[in-house]
Amino acid sequence: MKNGVLLAVGIAACAAAAAVQAEKKYDPGVTDTEIKIGNTNPYSGPASAYGAIGRSEAAYFKMINDQGGVNGRKIDFITLDDGYSPPRTVEQVRKLVEEEQVLLLFQSLGTPSNTAIHQYMNAKKVPQLFVATGATKWGDPEHFPWTMGWQPSYQAEMHVYAKYLLKHKPNARIAVLYQNDDYGKDYLKGLHDGLGPRAEKMIVKEASYEVTDPTVDSQIVALQASGADTLFIVATPKFAAQAIRKVYDIGWKPLAFVNNVSTSVAAVLQPAGLEKSVGLITALYVKDPTDPQWANDPAMKRWLAWMKKYYPDGDVKDGFNVYGYAVAQTLVQVLKQCGDNLTRENVMRQAANLKNFEIPVLLPGIRINTSPTDFYPLEQMQLARFDGKRWVLFGEVLGR
Amino acid sequence: MSDSATTITTLEPRYAGLPPRAWRAIGLALLLGFAIALPFHLSNYRIFQFNLVLVYSIVLLGLNILTGYNGQISLGHGAFYAIGAYTAAILMDRYGVPYWATIPAAGLACLVTGFLFGLPALRLHGHHLALATFALGVSMPQLLKYKHVERWTGGVQGIVIVKPDPPFGLPVNADQWLYLFTLAVMVAMFIVARNLLRGRIGRALVAIRDHPIAAEAMGVHAALYKSLTFGVSALYTGVAGALGAIVVQFVAPDSFTAFLSIGFFIGIVVGGLASISGAIYGALFIQFVPNFADEISKAAPWAIYGAVLLLFIYLMPAGVAGFLRLAWARLARVAGIGK
Repeated sequence: MKNGVLLAVGIAACAAAAAVQAEKKYDPGVTDTEIKIGNTNPYSGPASAYGAIGRSEAAYFKMINDQGGVNGRKIDFITLDDGYSPPRTVEQVRKLVEEEQVLLLFQSLGTPSNTAIHQYMNAKKVPQLFVATGATKWGDPEHFPWTMGWQPSYQAEMHVYAKYLLKHKPNARIAVLYQNDDYGKDYLKGLHDGLGPRAEKMIVKEASYEVTDPTVDSQIVALQASGADTLFIVATPKFAAQAIRKVYDIGWKPLAFVNNVSTSVAAVLQPAGLEKSVGLITALYVKDPTDPQWANDPAMKRWLAWMKKYYPDGDVKDGFNVYGYAVAQTLVQVLKQCGDNLTRENVMRQAANLKNFEIPVLLPGIRINTSPTDFYPLEQMQLARFDGKRWVLFGEVLGR
Repeated sequence: MSDSATTITTLEPRYAGLPPRAWRAIGLALLLGFAIALPFHLSNYRIFQFNLVLVYSIVLLGLNILTGYNGQISLGHGAFYAIGAYTAAILMDRYGVPYWATIPAAGLACLVTGFLFGLPALRLHGHHLALATFALGVSMPQLLKYKHVERWTGGVQGIVIVKPDPPFGLPVNADQWLYLFTLAVMVAMFIVARNLLRGRIGRALVAIRDHPIAAEAMGVHAALYKSLTFGVSALYTGVAGALGAIVVQFVAPDSFTAFLSIGFFIGIVVGGLASISGAIYGALFIQFVPNFADEISKAAPWAIYGAVLLLFIYLMPAGVAGFLRLAWARLARVAGIGK
């Protein structure tokens, strides 16, 4: 009897061990002690300011590893320089996938760079996860089931403004200034979709500029002449600054929105003139490390302590370091959810199964949600108005 | 003095019973055999890298014809590379032209553009020509985004190209096939360049470089030769651009920044000016030194790149090809003493 019990316990123990063994499923890049993650970033070249993102992600994973890793596995983060040149991205990504045998590619940066590897990643069935670009095309699970974005897409941002307008100013006469390329058109489409059937009526004038134009003065004058009372400035920093100044100088006082890309106080609003920027509205989703209202915020204090310990040569005023911290945290969540089933397929399944996931360095109330048909992790933002010194949040979190 | 000179030419030195010409032929055959065998012993990723080396060597050969042999400095060959790449991409993407047919089209497009650009550029010499070509290289990425050509170029997003499959059911994979295809084009281009440069035309080009007035006095039509050289050089670069686009499977304005042009120029100087083999050494430099720099330091990859470049310039002032030629001459002299 006693032996029988022992035997039964022994068999049960073996069965349990076998079951655990059977549950462990690995694709390339995973062992019992390690997960290999690949990344490309422009550490050199014209866009090397973005390099902070790759560095802060590496620093975040270092902290995770110091804490024991994810489910006992350390993250081996292999980040390579592509100099923001698509051919180099292709080369480096092939190295990561074919030579280094990474489990997945995380946060490859840049719209052209990611376009260059889009088909390759999907043909190879390797996750191209949380790409660092705001273009809308990354959330297309039907045609590209191995690719997913992260930050609010340009269109999602416009939906937020549209929602606000439909509620608070349904009879607005809207004028739009936009950059005449895919970036500007992506935004424009977002505004039209966001306003829905009312778009035809509300948008009274659209004017575009070329990146080669010296100024946007004539476009602003033409937009004012349309009789619009609401203005969208969908631009890159230099042109946004010109537009803000010109609107003020010709005495036009519309309700003016400026897109998230061009909200830097130092790079846009100061050149335009802080007093000329009062009243501008934008949409935000990350806590700004220079904003005094977060000075005593526990999440930002933890972020600052992490910066000091793991990334001491990083700039504590650089929002990219908050961005990198937040997106790395999202990946860790996905890997946690994967448990011991670390196949590429399960990585995508878990990435598409994030439910109300909150990241403390994002604005309060903003949550990440994905599903097999929703490959847009962040779709919520909060509006903010510029008071002459800083962006002041107002209203509730908008978006899906 | 003149007697001894005649004896040297009539009595050709022999090494192990064979004249140098035979040795060179054997060396080239071995090298070609090595290049053909390469893709069957490497991973697909390495094949891709060496494929790019072949592509860059065609560019550098074209640029060397212009700069090394004819003395015209170009800091804008990235623009011709872009034109070649876009010609191939647009023909394949919009008009369904097979990939191999886009190569001559790209070459022709660049021959015409290069010749036309060469006409006014003829009035410019030395530094001024360098600046004029640089202007071309700098403006190309923005021209490709221009709204009236966006329908074809795809604007900022660029054009994605489908990778060609190996034909006739050959037992090679797509990467191996593309490598062998590029190798064939490259060998053909090298043979043509060699024949061009070793003959009357090559001598005329060098004469124009070394003493334009004397060359004119000898009956060389300097203006025509210079424009044609510009055209031919652009043709080589365009062919390489088309091959590069097919290999990378993608073109976008960001692929052809001004640094690409500078990189090509660095390539010919490092490889060796006025040297055909120098194109290959330069291509190896362009392809592998940035990767090496990235592996050494994430914080300052360009500083490492610069240091390596300085090292090359100090240690091999005549380029890798010049260095090897010198080393070979010394070796031959040492070997010759024994005879």
